[in-house]
Amino acid sequence: MIRGRGVEKRYGRKRVLRGVDISVPRGGFAVVTGPNGSGKTTLLRLLAGLALPTRGDLLVDTDRSHIGYLAHEPLVYRELTAVENLDLYGRLYRIPERRERIGMLLERFSLWDARAERVATYSRGMTQRLALCRALLHEPDLLVLDEPYSALDEDGAALLDHELESLAGQQTLVVATHDPERMAALESSRLALA
Amino acid sequence: MGLALVLALIVAPEDADQGVSQRIFYIHVPIALTAYFCFGLGAVKALLLLWRGDERYDLESYVAIHQGTIFGALTLITGAIWAKASWGVWWTWSSNQLVLFLVLFLFYCAYFMLRFSLEEGPRRARSSAVYALFGVALIPVSFLAIRLAEDFIHPTVFTREGPQMSGSMFATFVVSWGAVTLLAYVLYRVELAGKRLDADLRELREALQ
Amino acid sequence: MTYVADVLALTRKDLRVELRGRDTLPAMLLFVLSTLVVFHFAIPDDAGDNAAYGLLWVAIVFTALLGLARAWVPEQEHGVLDGLVLAPCDRSAIWLGKTLATLVFLLAAQAVALPAFVLFFEPLDATAIAGVLLADIGICAVGSLLSAMAAASRARELLLPLLVLPLSIPLIVGGVGAAVSPDGERFLLFLVLYDAVFAVLSWASFEYVVTE
Repeated sequence: MIRGRGVEKRYGRKRVLRGVDISVPRGGFAVVTGPNGSGKTTLLRLLAGLALPTRGDLLVDTDRSHIGYLAHEPLVYRELTAVENLDLYGRLYRIPERRERIGMLLERFSLWDARAERVATYSRGMTQRLALCRALLHEPDLLVLDEPYSALDEDGAALLDHELESLAGQQTLVVATHDPERMAALESSRLALA
Repeated sequence: MGLALVLALIVAPEDADQGVSQRIFYIHVPIALTAYFCFGLGAVKALLLLWRGDERYDLESYVAIHQGTIFGALTLITGAIWAKASWGVWWTWSSNQLVLFLVLFLFYCAYFMLRFSLEEGPRRARSSAVYALFGVALIPVSFLAIRLAEDFIHPTVFTREGPQMSGSMFATFVVSWGAVTLLAYVLYRVELAGKRLDADLRELREALQ
Repeated sequence: MTYVADVLALTRKDLRVELRGRDTLPAMLLFVLSTLVVFHFAIPDDAGDNAAYGLLWVAIVFTALLGLARAWVPEQEHGVLDGLVLAPCDRSAIWLGKTLATLVFLLAAQAVALPAFVLFFEPLDATAIAGVLLADIGICAVGSLLSAMAAASRARELLLPLLVLPLSIPLIVGGVGAAVSPDGERFLLFLVLYDAVFAVLSWASFEYVVTE
């Protein structure tokens, strides 16, 4: 469950988020929209716990170990392979049977064949799919996704559609996107930032 | 301040060994103590920032360290004058106090470099605060290091244990110390008020847009 | 126990990245050897035996700086540091993992540099070597924290030496003292004190440097 009132974030003299109210119930699917520079990414970083609001109250009643965050950047090491990256995160998140979990995710996002290659050799779409695997690795209760469809080709986007459908209703989701219509069938609330 | 100058220059008796040059002691040492005090204040405010997360401590810590660095530079200058007057050289590595201030001066100049190359915001506030805390840990550690270094760099030539201060010398010292501390406090307040006004104005302008 | 496991996982990852990219260690090795050769020409013949020890310490500090400047480069690419900060491990484990990895690189560079120093210049006794090891710990502990700070700034590589050098002066005093003073143990004790104070300070403050 997420509840925020008058959330404001400033970086020095620059105000990036001004008085945002947000409320997402457990199992809700919130879509965050708004033009570039409206603070979508900042709001998502606050929800993920990477930053604290400058003013206002923000309550996210999910522990750090149960939040999954997909950022603009893939958050994986370029010099490591897909398996090595996920294995490191698997250890840090203390995932039981992480080998099986990693194998399953790589299969599902069609990265299995490229599992032993360095991320530096991946295309942008493959890197994004790996980033999704990283965000889903520990089966989070709260999933925060920043522009998840960016860089994905049609097959990748279809995979993600399918994934979101199966997650909706069970996990809490907050998705920032330019293309809200894509998720219109799943969303339970929408927040438009200006 | 004026009273302190009068006392230091005229009233206090002359030191038997060092003569007139001893009078700079009444300026040099209070300035050095004030610089330490400012660095300490900056570190306390830094600790409060990390602990409470209130960004107003960031500005206070910065202003305190700014004042400390100014007084630190003055310590180096007055120390150099003292060295010239009593030992005939502008710089001596055998004065532990001066060497320590040189190290601290470099350290706090790096503090400003750090601040100016980070984007304004909580990360800058926190990094500066952590560095300010390193500074107060560095003061005693460096002092110890400089004492230890005498061992192999050179034997101690000058000892600072002069004759005990007489009553009127001590009174003069205390008055000038008070005067310098007051001066530092006023400067701290003025700079802080200026910086705050600046921030308020910016916020107001932003709100009006 | 999970803390130790986290730290080891992070250190192992750094070693693996380095083995694959070979970005840092060869540069450190070549740098420290080149510096020693430069010193041969920089010290006049009548400078006395102890001058060489001083220069050894300059070489050590600058080699460490070279390694530290690159310490967080793998994390800067693709925003990995955010990923690590999000993980439920204690944030100080990220610092400790990086400190250990940097320490391994520095020790590897010195495994070549110290014998080369003995060959080219002066002998090193056990106290001097203990001084090197203790100072390594201190400079890696402080340096990996300051390097994370510098990595977030505009000046980056330029800023790091300015931040580290004033803090490394006590280490140099301790290290040179351990090498040249007849009473070297006193300096080792001082280095232990330095390591304890600054390691605890860095350990406790890392979390603040990587969150906002």
